[in-house]
Amino acid sequence: MAMSKSVRYLTPLIVFGALVALLVWGLGQDPREVPSPLIGKPVPEFSLPALEDPNRTVTEADLKGKISLVNVWASWCNSCRAEHQALMSLSEVPDFQIVGLNWKDEAADAMRVLRLTGNPYDLNGYDPDNTVGIHWGVYGAPETFVVDQDGIIRYKHIGPIDREVWEKKLQPLVAELRARG
Amino acid sequence: MIPELGHFALILALLLAVVQAAFPLAGSLSGNRPWMTMARPLAYGQLTMIAVAFLALTQAFLTSDFSVLYVAQHSNTLLPTIYKISAVWGGHEGSLLLWVLMMAAWGAAVAAFSGNLPLTVVSRVISVQGMIAIGFLLFMLLTSNPFERLFPVPAEGRDLNPLLQDPGLAIHPPMLYMGYVGFSVAFAFAVAALIGGRLDAAWARWSRPWTTVAWVFLTIGIMLGSWWAYYELGWGGWWFWDPVENASLMPWLVGTALIHSLAVTEKRAAFKSWTVLLAICAFSLSLLGTFLVRSGVLTSVHAFATDPSRGLFILLFLCVVVGGSLALYAWRAPEVSDGGRFSLLSRESALLGNNLIFVAFTVLVLFGTLAPLIYEAFNWGKISVGFPWFNKMFLALSPFLAVLIGLGPAMRWKHDEPLRLVKTLWWALALAVAVLAISALPMFNTKTLWVPVGLALAAWLLFAHIAIVRERLRNKGGLKRMGPAILADLRGSGRSFYGMVTAHVGVAMFVVGVTVLSNYQLEEDVRMSPGDSYEMAGYRFEFLGAQQAPGPNYMAQRGEFNVYRGDRQVTKLYPEKRSYMGGGMPMTEAAIDPGLFRDIYVSLGEPVGSTGDWALRLYYKPFVRWIWLGAILMALGGGLAVSDPRYRLAGAKARKPAADTAAATA
Repeated sequence: MAMSKSVRYLTPLIVFGALVALLVWGLGQDPREVPSPLIGKPVPEFSLPALEDPNRTVTEADLKGKISLVNVWASWCNSCRAEHQALMSLSEVPDFQIVGLNWKDEAADAMRVLRLTGNPYDLNGYDPDNTVGIHWGVYGAPETFVVDQDGIIRYKHIGPIDREVWEKKLQPLVAELRARG
Repeated sequence: MIPELGHFALILALLLAVVQAAFPLAGSLSGNRPWMTMARPLAYGQLTMIAVAFLALTQAFLTSDFSVLYVAQHSNTLLPTIYKISAVWGGHEGSLLLWVLMMAAWGAAVAAFSGNLPLTVVSRVISVQGMIAIGFLLFMLLTSNPFERLFPVPAEGRDLNPLLQDPGLAIHPPMLYMGYVGFSVAFAFAVAALIGGRLDAAWARWSRPWTTVAWVFLTIGIMLGSWWAYYELGWGGWWFWDPVENASLMPWLVGTALIHSLAVTEKRAAFKSWTVLLAICAFSLSLLGTFLVRSGVLTSVHAFATDPSRGLFILLFLCVVVGGSLALYAWRAPEVSDGGRFSLLSRESALLGNNLIFVAFTVLVLFGTLAPLIYEAFNWGKISVGFPWFNKMFLALSPFLAVLIGLGPAMRWKHDEPLRLVKTLWWALALAVAVLAISALPMFNTKTLWVPVGLALAAWLLFAHIAIVRERLRNKGGLKRMGPAILADLRGSGRSFYGMVTAHVGVAMFVVGVTVLSNYQLEEDVRMSPGDSYEMAGYRFEFLGAQQAPGPNYMAQRGEFNVYRGDRQVTKLYPEKRSYMGGGMPMTEAAIDPGLFRDIYVSLGEPVGSTGDWALRLYYKPFVRWIWLGAILMALGGGLAVSDPRYRLAGAKARKPAADTAAATA
């Protein structure tokens, strides 16, 4: 009885200990570079209707032969709005294609955003139910994957792309992949 | 020279904190009175030293002394004076300095306004505060010195983050920190009580006003943050479940549970060990919030420049403070008696329900905030805990809480009769049901069941509290003349009662605001050419085009709108898109026509094409002000409750010290 009572009062300390263990572990991680288990692996097979034209399908074959930035976005996502301008200027660079994964979204809302603010995407897969996103390990929008010419995932960036991210991370990688041919 | 003076003052403050942590506590344990009497002067000395450091940093900002690294990073010569002052706490190092300044101010306030407390209690409380101050001062001096020099001295500084160049955000952090740090007083009282092994009603009475004041500041701080996010971020939302927002919400939730639990401990000497645990948790969560914001463990729009070594320091500090106090709790709390018994139908039960719901809210927020970490740590895959998850969880629990808030104050302590409750509350319940039925009528075109439910709960809260006030006045024989009776009551012993009523009516207002806003707000993304009009929610928005408009340290694109309702012009709106000279992302300044029943809100998106077209966002936000007015009422209620003569602090000491000490130990 006395034993169980003192254990009861120890509970908060034990819970706190578990929390600290989690935070210590978390300190070693950089949340912007959550390692994706998919890096170095071929993109998971998928087939989605294109956002702009439901009769066309987007598959992993569309990600071969060219360097691709696969950008996960949604019309409800505020950071994607912030990122949109950067994508618009990147869409003028000829070295790669930008493929959108329109994620957990309504097609009408997504199309309205593209009509109003411009369309930086060469292609857009429409994934309202997270059926493809889940295989790609998407855990929020925006996220951007860099896929090389052979369809291998090389990098994953979490959060919006801005000038700094582009210049420091993505651009060098794209240049390296291009040089390798 | 002056920055070095500030630096030196901080070092002295650290030395004083060491003395403050050691001697008064040792004195209280060994009965050494001179050591105990050192507590008060040490608290004042601490405040003086940190105030000197704070003024030194402020002076560096006002004179644009860019030889100080922190100033060069967060200010420039073009920055308007008011933002030069608020820039003092615009970054990591300065906001820590503000934090320790407030901590010292709370300590000095405890020293000044605790004349009627036993010296042993005061010296222990001030000692515990000294220990916390040691941690923060060490943290500043070792990892985050705001007075670090920069050489060569740049001709111009960078800029204050443009998001922070805003009056709302100039006062939001001080309010928030007053709340966070204020809980350190409740924490210190709890730890002092655990050290002394005396947890009684007197302890609850002493820490209650401090806790409520801290809670009032935190309420205002969070409200200001929500209001700022609404008008500054240009997304029209008022709460984003961002990790940093959550970090401020968790101490508030536990703090709310704590002020209710303290009421039970004061009145009925029950829930004692539970109340102590809440007091420890409220401040621990404030510290955890600090850790999350400054360590880089989670990403957020608010995150300060992060640095893992800082994160490690705060985590160590967190371990010492929280781990230490919880260990003390595990050691001492089993000796505490559980206090008075109560039946199922009693105010104790209602408040226990309140506590459980608030703790459940806290656990949900904590889990949701840390979920990405937890899932990754256990390799359960990635999840996105966002808006919908938090909303769903809170919506599921909130109705129970609302029912309890109306029921609890109507109940008697210890035991109540169902029949008596029905007699008091039947008409409030009837009116709430009527609101439910009427608002569910098809003519109101409610999209979900949540609208009638939300409105009915708000009606229940309001009418139940009117019934509770009537009941109180009936007992005092003043039913006929309610107004004068309330005034007389307010002059007497009724302030904490009416404070409670005010805060609970604030909850009703908040519920109305959230219900109406989330179900009836309209949002349109449109592309408009100069001269175009767009119709929404009965308002016609006429876009006259956008012009260049220079500001003191930015260049703006300024849109011009006429808003009409029918033929009558309601307002002119000028939303802006600003590019600050300091660089960085362009900032959206939304234009808002506020109203008690609706806001009209326009924000500029991007220019489209070359003919002066713009992508724009138009919002119609019904009852959005009620959310913040509700929070203001809650804070006012807290303020009214603290002004109750029962808690009179300094004044009582001068007039009748003997009587108060007698009452406190009774």
